[in-house]
Amino acid sequence: MTSEVTPELFSTVPDASGRFGRFGGKFVAETLMSALADLEQLYADLKDDKAFQSEFDLDLAHYVGRPSPLYEAARLSDHIGGARIFLKREDLNHTGAHKVNNTIGQALLAKHMGKKRVIAETGAGQHGVASATVAARLGLECHVFMGEEDIRRQALNVYRMKLLGAHVVSVTSGSRTLKDAMNEAMRDWVTHIDDTFYIIGTVAGPHPYPMLVRDFQSVIGREARAQSLAQTGKLPDALVACVGGGSNAIGLFHPFLQDADVAMYGVEAGGKGLETGEHAAPLSAGTPGVLHGNRTYLMQDEHGQILDTHSVSAGLDYPGVGPEHSWLKDIGRVQYVAANDDEALAAFHRLTRIEGIMPALETAHAMAHAEKLAATMSPDQQIVVNLSGRGDKDILTVAALDGIEV
Amino acid sequence: MSRLGAVFQGLREQNRKGVIPYVVAGDPSPDGTVSLLHQLVAAGADVLEIGVPFSDPMSEGPIIQKGHERALANGMNLSAVLEMVSVFRRDDQRTPIVMMGYANPIERFGYSAFADACAVAGVDGLITVDLPPEEVDEIDAALQAVGLDNIFLISPTTPEARIQTIVDRARGFIYCVAVKGVTGSGQLDTDAVAARVATIQGMTTLPVAVGFGIKDASSASAVAKVADAVVVGSALIAEMEAMGRAENASEIQIHGGAVKLLQSIRSGVDSSPS
Ligand SMILES: Cc1ncc(COP(=O)(O)O)c(C=O)c1O
Repeated sequence: MTSEVTPELFSTVPDASGRFGRFGGKFVAETLMSALADLEQLYADLKDDKAFQSEFDLDLAHYVGRPSPLYEAARLSDHIGGARIFLKREDLNHTGAHKVNNTIGQALLAKHMGKKRVIAETGAGQHGVASATVAARLGLECHVFMGEEDIRRQALNVYRMKLLGAHVVSVTSGSRTLKDAMNEAMRDWVTHIDDTFYIIGTVAGPHPYPMLVRDFQSVIGREARAQSLAQTGKLPDALVACVGGGSNAIGLFHPFLQDADVAMYGVEAGGKGLETGEHAAPLSAGTPGVLHGNRTYLMQDEHGQILDTHSVSAGLDYPGVGPEHSWLKDIGRVQYVAANDDEALAAFHRLTRIEGIMPALETAHAMAHAEKLAATMSPDQQIVVNLSGRGDKDILTVAALDGIEV
Repeated sequence: MSRLGAVFQGLREQNRKGVIPYVVAGDPSPDGTVSLLHQLVAAGADVLEIGVPFSDPMSEGPIIQKGHERALANGMNLSAVLEMVSVFRRDDQRTPIVMMGYANPIERFGYSAFADACAVAGVDGLITVDLPPEEVDEIDAALQAVGLDNIFLISPTTPEARIQTIVDRARGFIYCVAVKGVTGSGQLDTDAVAARVATIQGMTTLPVAVGFGIKDASSASAVAKVADAVVVGSALIAEMEAMGRAENASEIQIHGGAVKLLQSIRSGVDSSPS
């Protein structure tokens, strides 16, 4: 870490203009500026409001099923031989991933604003399902934008969204994946700005989204911190989470940022290998730029055009990343690494066979790195991995990759 | 006086309204863009707006998106757009050129290097969709240093207090977005546009151009009654796309679609009494 990093620093971001150091901001068309200002104001009013917080907490407890367990994967730890591995079981949440923590929070904001229509972008479909779920519960009209390519590889989640009453809009522009779904959601938002709330699914987008999504997801880290202390009498030595846009990672990391002895690893999608260029790892192999309303590390060419990404996991297949991660990288607080498709697939099978837990392919990237890390550590050390989601949605993909017809 | 200042002053003196076509650099083909620009001037354009292709044009509707995609497939990039402007300037010193695009290609180029390159090429103004006043300081300083105008958008959702902030730092002209939505979408509400333009004109002496939703001579003529200039983009590109669908369509025929529409918009605007 660089010398000017003090524990207090982490509570100062973002600043009033939405900056995390040089990252973040509000790089959007004028039409959106007043909607963002309204959202900022509402959130400032509700953030520390006791009634709002208890409404949120109650939903997390009774609807999502929180707290999620911190489970010691003892057989896997033995198998690897090294640090004790603990899994923060976000896969056990209602709808099967961490995404729902955020959609519950944003849906409450939408309700307070009196919006009747919500929109969302989705890659793996987990955020789309979580949005469709809260929309069904609150009786809101819901439109989910999803790249044509992702609709194909996440067919089960597409059907889930439809069952929940959402309209799934197929996006055929650009690379037909998550970034294009986000473009299309932004376009829908400017067109229906008066009655629509945009539920962004990760810690990206313009200010205040990276901040409020982080705040809603931080329940993961707060619980994990208390559970570590209660179950093991100490804080973990390392945290590991996969990074698409970065919401499950920031949710785990944020409550530990001031604990200087806790190391943190964000795991990006290495795709076919960083050296091939076919990956989705902007922090590991990208450069800063502006996309989707914020300045952050991006995968781009020398002319500033955004590059196509590749990952076996639709939820990590994104050329940008939340601006707070870019800042945490630059100040050296978090290490960002990559796990490639094959490593993730192997980790998927290992966790399934050794612990009876089938992780999402996104999550399998975190597992792949956690295993490598654990092997370098000693049995008196411990790692917490964010088990961000369950793998049911990926079964057909895994079967196809393994050459099996289901 | 700047080229933009001179053109708008001339229009005012003649009691005429401006016509501003928008095309994407490199669409439908990189070799044809400069000649298309000259043809548009001949058809009555007062100012040219050139779209800089971007992989993620978030404020564009499907028609202009496709223009960006075609241009990128043709290998277009920011340096090549600047090169086109300098080629255009060899034969036209008078018509102002405004580049319209997104922040990332400019960030990548470097703000001050970009401003310098614009000045050398003969660009007069810049519209960057995703650089609202809150994010514009750096590029604005670079543009001012070389005497270029940063042009701001004002949208139907911009509160009045914010309009004042925007016009206070605007140069060149004000771009008033007529509809809530992306380019090429929406139904133009002429009364609302008139009220909006009047509000803006009450706060600044800068000319006000209106864009988004102007499709033909009659919508252009209605808007020209209340604004200083009209911007037309999607409709021109749609015309070229339609011409291009014909088998073996020549570039002259494809451009002809846009040129014909611009001529008719020009006469619609000129016939509108103000
Ligand atoms: C299970 C799971 N984990 C992780 C991600 C990646 O998103 P983020 O980086 O915002 O946590 C997704 C996205 O779809 C997901 O479904």
